[in-house]
Amino acid sequence: MMKEVKLSTALREEDIRDLRIGDVVYISGIICTSRDMGHLKMIDVTEKSEKLPIDFQGGAIFHAGPVVKKQGDRYEVVVIGPTTSIRMEPYSDFIGGLGVKAIIGKGGMEEGTSEALKKYGMVYLQAPPGCAVVLGEKIKRVKDVFWMELGVPEALWVLEVENFGPLVVGMDSEGNSIYRDIKIKGKKLIEKNVLGR
Amino acid sequence: MREVNAKQIKEKVKELFLNANYCIGEDVLNSIKEASLKETSETGKNVLSMILQNYKVAAEEKIAICQDTGLAILFIKLGQEVHVNGNWEEAINKGVKEAYIDGYLRKSAVTDPVFDRKNTKTNCPAIIYTDIVPGDKIEFLVTPKGFGSENMSRLAMMKPADGPEGIVNFIVETVKIAGPNPCPPTIVGVCVGGTTDQASVTAKKATLRKVGEHNPDQRYADMEKQALEKINNLGIGPAGLGGNTTSLWVNIDYKPTHIAGMPVAVNICCHAARHASGII
Amino acid sequence: MEKIKKIKTPLSNEVIEDLKAGENVSITGYIYTGRDAAHKRLIELLKEGKKLPIEVNGQVIYYVGPAPTPPGYKCGSAGPTTSYRMDPYTPALLDLGLKGMIGKGLRSKEVVESMKKNGAIYFAAIGGVAAVIAKSIKSSEVIAYEDLGPEAIHKYYVEDFPVIVCIDAKGNNLYETEPPKYRK
Repeated sequence: MMKEVKLSTALREEDIRDLRIGDVVYISGIICTSRDMGHLKMIDVTEKSEKLPIDFQGGAIFHAGPVVKKQGDRYEVVVIGPTTSIRMEPYSDFIGGLGVKAIIGKGGMEEGTSEALKKYGMVYLQAPPGCAVVLGEKIKRVKDVFWMELGVPEALWVLEVENFGPLVVGMDSEGNSIYRDIKIKGKKLIEKNVLGR
Repeated sequence: MREVNAKQIKEKVKELFLNANYCIGEDVLNSIKEASLKETSETGKNVLSMILQNYKVAAEEKIAICQDTGLAILFIKLGQEVHVNGNWEEAINKGVKEAYIDGYLRKSAVTDPVFDRKNTKTNCPAIIYTDIVPGDKIEFLVTPKGFGSENMSRLAMMKPADGPEGIVNFIVETVKIAGPNPCPPTIVGVCVGGTTDQASVTAKKATLRKVGEHNPDQRYADMEKQALEKINNLGIGPAGLGGNTTSLWVNIDYKPTHIAGMPVAVNICCHAARHASGII
Repeated sequence: MEKIKKIKTPLSNEVIEDLKAGENVSITGYIYTGRDAAHKRLIELLKEGKKLPIEVNGQVIYYVGPAPTPPGYKCGSAGPTTSYRMDPYTPALLDLGLKGMIGKGLRSKEVVESMKKNGAIYFAAIGGVAAVIAKSIKSSEVIAYEDLGPEAIHKYYVEDFPVIVCIDAKGNNLYETEPPKYRK
């Protein structure tokens, strides 16, 4: 039975391990954004044994690059939506090792990520794509921003959110994946209807 | 404003397409000569020497180097102080038509690529890319592009994380899959960045860069060298019959692109890398 | 330069059995031309049980679409086109007795099996050596499908047309055997 769950950061492993594909999640608390260059920067910093700007334990990483505007000396998020997660596939084990408990994005990820979700007790959540206005409204304020030298979309934005969602569990910590299921089903249909096997 | 007549444009286009189809460039010729000295396969040497002889016959007798005289592609820099007296597109197409009819070049263009595929009998329409630039000149760079090699070209929408290694592997894989089909030894043009369309056009233009010259950016020049070495280690050889000259050169250009992407277009050109340039 | 074996068309079974992958050959005699559109029409005729406009048995087909003929020549620049596009049509023609194909590039497994079954040879002409090949063509007439322009079926008389035996009747295939020798 699919359930609707409200979670607060710092996310607890037992709550995350309870989630199953199809569940709908809303997150309140702190999430941060990171995409292509941001992940490479995190790895670079860690390899040089330098300190990361925030503690990722129990955290949530959102694959996104927001549109922001500056009001005085503060930033405000105008709109924010997920980018295609598969590009960040190579980094899932690294992210799990930092203590991250939720990866939020769109389009799903692959077997490497599925293994990392099992290993570290993480979950992959799909944010509604193309709904940048609605998601933007769930951002209460910009708490901080780091690595602006990467450009606004690729910087590490630390955001305070309230009922951020609806986020659908696309891949859970048991190794289930909606994306894998669709691919397998699709392959069978192609074999049957197109290739006549 | 400088006036240029449609007739001048037509004549220049005609002259350039004839030239391109009969006379191979010095850089390509020298590259094949060098390759024939270094090639270790006997069949490979034989093929390269036939190719050199063919260039000689074609230039002397003014007949087409290859019967696939290709689709007519033009890259034009039109000075913004130029006023064209007449119909620009029509003038260019007339120039192509006359070159292909008067020059005994094969007309390979068909309308409607799926159903009728009827030969247009003029080798038109030409494929024209025009940039408007400062000045009062018109600079033409034309290339008849044969489809044996064009059919082996590829585009990949890579992700930023794929990096230089991913790009070099994609280039080498493209040449490997092509095998003998594009008439090796080939010249490989690559563009990293831009959008699907910009990358493809820029890769085509990259095949026209001088053979033997690297990208001035050392990082891209390194990728060019790595790709060329790996390609020639494939052993495909001249005409795909085995040897160590599979490609003569790899040219990589780049364009600014979107944060989420890294398009890589690979355009393959056969050894008869025909092009000509001129200015009005 | 290796020895060049001179052969004449139509190809006899003895000549075919004797040809080995890798040999340099020069062909003298009549050959037919045909590429994509012509092959499609021939196969359609076969499917309809109709007579073909050319005699296929014992013949050699050259996959070419030549450039127009300049003054003083019998044929314009005439290098080979890429053969794989004719693969779907080839086994049926080999079954009818086609003995030789001249082209460039790889052939499918089905074509090679049919060549072994029927005793036929695939010769490679060198792509881009079109001007030199044009000079070996001593006469040319359109036999069928004039409306196809460069894709029409021509009958050429060739003298010392230079080719390499690429796949022989035993299925030995230069594209498979040679590149690995130079792979690093």
